[in-house]
Amino acid sequence: MKSATELPDAEKSHENWVPIMELAAREVFEMMLGCQLVAPEIAVDGTFDATSMVGLAGKLCGVLSFSCGGKSATLIASKMLGVEAAPGSREVLDALGEICNMVAGNFKNKIDGLGEGCVLSVPTVITGNNYSLHSLADSAALEVRLLFENMPIVISLRTHS
Amino acid sequence: MSIRALIVDDSSVMRKIVERSLRQAGIDLTQVLEAGNGAEALGVLKDNSVDLILCDINMPVMDGLEFIKRLPGMANAKDVPVIMITTEGSESHVIQALSCGARGYIRKPFTPDQVREQVVPVLAGKP
Repeated sequence: MKSATELPDAEKSHENWVPIMELAAREVFEMMLGCQLVAPEIAVDGTFDATSMVGLAGKLCGVLSFSCGGKSATLIASKMLGVEAAPGSREVLDALGEICNMVAGNFKNKIDGLGEGCVLSVPTVITGNNYSLHSLADSAALEVRLLFENMPIVISLRTHS
Repeated sequence: MSIRALIVDDSSVMRKIVERSLRQAGIDLTQVLEAGNGAEALGVLKDNSVDLILCDINMPVMDGLEFIKRLPGMANAKDVPVIMITTEGSESHVIQALSCGARGYIRKPFTPDQVREQVVPVLAGKP
């Protein structure tokens, strides 16, 4: 017998969450920045020197991260503020944290059973690219790569069973 | 009708977005006051009167629910309508916020139209 806090088996693989993560990100950028994210036609790579992370706890444990380049980070903050943001400023860090927070919140609210039983942490923002992220999550990361104003962004979800 | 609004959110970027959304929604703002958490907002309300409060839930120091629970104790703010704006979109969060005294609930991300749908009836005094 399953407990009320267990997620359905079909959702434990989490693979079917990738399009939901993408939709959650697209909605955030469309509603809050007024711009469309685009799926790249070919594999894209880039330097991701700004990463924001939000922890999830409860029915789903893990971390959702949002990574982009410094130029993208500044442009995201500028679009959110409606005025030009200074590269590396507190506004840029704040904007990245909020983007990750909204994508994580929008994502969990789209999954049956997660809206009620999963809480989000305060966002953390890391700048620079000389670091390695080691998560204690025990499942493979789900990843969505999209283009924001022709610059790559990555949304990643690492979960713990 | 021109109003004075207090926007409470620990993100300064989000406070700017909420203000811009109010203006895009056609709300005429005489003055916009800001606070980074519930405790700061109570301090702002000691010295200022406002017509509308838009408030996040998850904030450090004092969260949005604790903040609105304390509003009835403030002479110049006890009747001011509060609309919650948060990423926490579950039904239980909405019920909890409304039972604490909130008059409306907006989920992030949001559009100016969604802001208008919540704010205009509240300012018109409709339940």
